[in-house]
Amino acid sequence: MVFVGSDPYSGRRADEFPVSAVKLLVAGGFGVGKTTMVASVSEIPPLRTEELITEVSRDVDDLSGIERKTTTTVALDFGRITIDPSIVLYLFGTPGQDRFWFMWNELADGALGAVVLADTRRLDNCFPAVDFFERRGIPFVIGVNCFDGGQFYTVDEVRDALGIPATTPVLLCDVRQRESSRDLLLCLTEHVLALATAATTGG
Amino acid sequence: MSRGQIWFDDAAGPLVRPYAVTRGRTRSPQAELEMITLVVALQPSDHPSVTRLDPEHVEILARCQRPTSVAEIAAALKLPLSVVKILISDLIERQLVLFRASVPPDLHVLQAVINGIRRL
Repeated sequence: MVFVGSDPYSGRRADEFPVSAVKLLVAGGFGVGKTTMVASVSEIPPLRTEELITEVSRDVDDLSGIERKTTTTVALDFGRITIDPSIVLYLFGTPGQDRFWFMWNELADGALGAVVLADTRRLDNCFPAVDFFERRGIPFVIGVNCFDGGQFYTVDEVRDALGIPATTPVLLCDVRQRESSRDLLLCLTEHVLALATAATTGG
Repeated sequence: MSRGQIWFDDAAGPLVRPYAVTRGRTRSPQAELEMITLVVALQPSDHPSVTRLDPEHVEILARCQRPTSVAEIAAALKLPLSVVKILISDLIERQLVLFRASVPPDLHVLQAVINGIRRL
């Protein structure tokens, strides 16, 4: 039943709204510049959304052994890039703290790929992210964030330290710069396309 | 803990303040609602049929007059994602909004995304 009239919404169906949403992730250790990167390329100031979690904690002194639930929130920062009238790209920063790992599953669900930001002074902080995406089969590139002149290693040394194959791109970057963040996203999406093309041609 | 497993049960109810707006409900009946699921209103937020809705429902309607992601709605309402998913599910049930689940993009979409990023 479709009425054509003053109500512009009548008869609209889900397949009629012409927008598809895609998602990329920005991961890495705490304080490595994830939100900075999102902010540098997003068309809107980064938005923050929260999810509630319960954590079961047990008081050491509590002889009764009663577990108590506490509620905490985990914050996710994200930005948006309108690619064209029919495609919107969302860029989500992953929570930096280890205890919020469970959120990664929801974030990774349907993600095209991820930029893993690394700081060579604390390279091990990005190991968990690399590990996660490798096991999930989610394409990723490494961005070695060189703010404050903190670049002490070459791209090859970083690749060796992370134990990733030569096919995984490693780039030096400064995510405070829009162009640098754009180049990381470009590198990632081209990497994703190459893998997808190889998969469809059986190569 | 696997995805979709409940973090709260009905007993948590309004004791957890953000869930007061869902009247204690902690699980969304629309399991397909993800962070980038796009939601669009079928009615203007001042439509007569929305008068009996809660203010949060009305605000969601106002926010998604154009296709808007669940995450953006949650950020705008300053409510947790899981709470907003329940409220959106209410609106879906009442046929006041439509949603489109995200699908893996084909090579065509991927190429368009690359072109778009290049223009940044």
